[in-house]
Amino acid sequence: MIQTRSKKNAWLAFLAVLAFLTLIFVLDQVIKPTDRLGMLLIVLQKGAVYALAAVSMNLLNGYTGLFSLGHAGFMLLGAYTYAIFTIPDKSRDAVYQYYDAAVRFSIPEQLSRHMGGFGTALGILIALILAGAVAALLAWLIGLPVLRLKSDYLAIATLGFAEIIRALFQWSKLGPITNGSNLLKNFARASKFKLEIAGAKLSLSTFVPVLIATVSIALIVLIVNSTYGRAFKAIRDDEIAAEAMGINLAKHKMIAFVTSSFFAGVAGATLAMVLSIAQANNFKSAMTYEILLMVVLGGIGSITGSVIGSFLFVAASEWWLRGLDSGKFLGIEAPNIFRNGFRLVVFSVIIMIVVLFFRQGIMGEKELPDLFRKKKKTPVKEAES
Amino acid sequence: MTEQKKILSVEHVTMQFGGVVAVNDLSMEVREGEIVAIIGPNGAGKTTAFNVITGVYAPTNGRVYFDGDCVVENHPHGKMKKSYLGEYADLYKQVKEPTPDQLTKLGMARTFQNIRLWKSMTVFDNILVAKHLKRSSNLFSAAFRFNRAEEENNRREVLELLKIVGLEELKDELATSLPYGKQRRLEIARALATHPKLLLLDEPAAGMNPQETQELTQFIGQIRKDFDVSIVLIEHHMDLVMDISDRIYVLDFGRLIAQGVPEEIRANEKVIDAYLGVVDDAEN
Repeated sequence: MIQTRSKKNAWLAFLAVLAFLTLIFVLDQVIKPTDRLGMLLIVLQKGAVYALAAVSMNLLNGYTGLFSLGHAGFMLLGAYTYAIFTIPDKSRDAVYQYYDAAVRFSIPEQLSRHMGGFGTALGILIALILAGAVAALLAWLIGLPVLRLKSDYLAIATLGFAEIIRALFQWSKLGPITNGSNLLKNFARASKFKLEIAGAKLSLSTFVPVLIATVSIALIVLIVNSTYGRAFKAIRDDEIAAEAMGINLAKHKMIAFVTSSFFAGVAGATLAMVLSIAQANNFKSAMTYEILLMVVLGGIGSITGSVIGSFLFVAASEWWLRGLDSGKFLGIEAPNIFRNGFRLVVFSVIIMIVVLFFRQGIMGEKELPDLFRKKKKTPVKEAES
Repeated sequence: MTEQKKILSVEHVTMQFGGVVAVNDLSMEVREGEIVAIIGPNGAGKTTAFNVITGVYAPTNGRVYFDGDCVVENHPHGKMKKSYLGEYADLYKQVKEPTPDQLTKLGMARTFQNIRLWKSMTVFDNILVAKHLKRSSNLFSAAFRFNRAEEENNRREVLELLKIVGLEELKDELATSLPYGKQRRLEIARALATHPKLLLLDEPAAGMNPQETQELTQFIGQIRKDFDVSIVLIEHHMDLVMDISDRIYVLDFGRLIAQGVPEEIRANEKVIDAYLGVVDDAEN
């Protein structure tokens, strides 16, 4: 009986995700980027990327209880890997204008030569997975020494790593690979993604990032609900008990760290895809804090919380509060107060209020479906007789 | 008692922290199917002995055999070589320091003095996690649910176990919302879920009233029969100890001061001096 119920729920969740993706696809066709609602597309794109980043951070910080602040570093690795391997051959020299490009291999281009449009899509998918793999590999190397550290020390070590990576990628000696402190561009980017069916060109610029994020988050959900996810939670709740019950701490912490970093790498690649540029300078530790903020706002230990937190954060900072920077907000014109930077002031106040009133974040440790489920109370029977 | 196979054998174990010798030359053994108690005043080194046996601490010197194999071995080396205060410093040569999870995989399971259940999980999940160590899946096969048969089997086993320990109705409650006595019971059940050959209980009756203690005594006896395990327990409730133990070891200031069947211990002068006190006070 338990089985049938969870099966039904899985189908419901699957259908809901399918409906959501269909909606995104339709919005992608209906709304033009130049429309008044064009901002919605940008929010959806960036929101999806940050949702994936936040969920992958939640897997580590929320589910396994390892407080790591290296997320921006892993996203940077993902973004650069993706960018470097998808720059078309003909624009490579223009991108690397001061250096002699070392990597002269565009995966989507090579594959499209043999398989056409399908090859391009496959190439982009491979580049995405490669982006995750590079981040995961680095995570493994760093994890060997760093995962022995606990709480704050781990946070400081990973934060330091992220800063080192950023500095390294801007180093001119690595210019042939990373283009130094110049940005990478002209690689496969979301705004160019189109699907041609019977002569009609369908835009995929929002659909593809959302699809990547959805599939990745679904994978994380599957991991969290598996026996490994339960082991992660056991480590978070009580490490000593977890070890005494046969859970290999070093191994499971490493699995969580590497998996989280893999998806951070994919998120970084998708961010590059959405922004059309990749530049090390964008991946400052402030980005890690932003993602951490989304996780905390949504609720540490809740995946739907992280997703909701990310979309709200992106929508508020990119769209709803924009007017506070440009003189007109909610119909009030006050160019002297609503100037550059005022948005951040209001935003900070809002965040403080949210944190004050939702100590556990918006969702706490609950997931969205939990809210629809009726809470049945079975009183705990005291030991009697 | 007939000569049975030894499940656990501790040889000359000394545990020294800095200049403090918490356990001094402890040798003890547990035969298959036995219930053995370790008693002694507070600070005698009982829990430290547990921690050495289960791999939480590596001993300074000594050896532990489990199920016929040497699983833990150490001798004073490095910095400890000079400051070692115990005996038999040259007896052992190897260094074997397994982590607790490795010993649990070999068939040792324990509970804790201060209950250590996983707070955010339900009663059911607390036990289900203990099944993780016997998994045949890796991250990928688990994420894509290729281990479905194993999972279902585990869930069935957990339900059965909950039935046996009498927590079936509470399976969807948060572990921490249970009354104290049931939390203890759950912790024992969680240890049993790893299919141990040896169960180590650290003060299972701590904080229980006489009636709960009575129930626990029965419960421990029932476990030995149903699960075919040997049990080592640390306990201060003398009723319980005298009632169910086959043999008793008494520690004082890290040293073994007596061992034997309950009657011998009750009559032992040294034990009365160090721990039990005058017979009338033994209840507390």
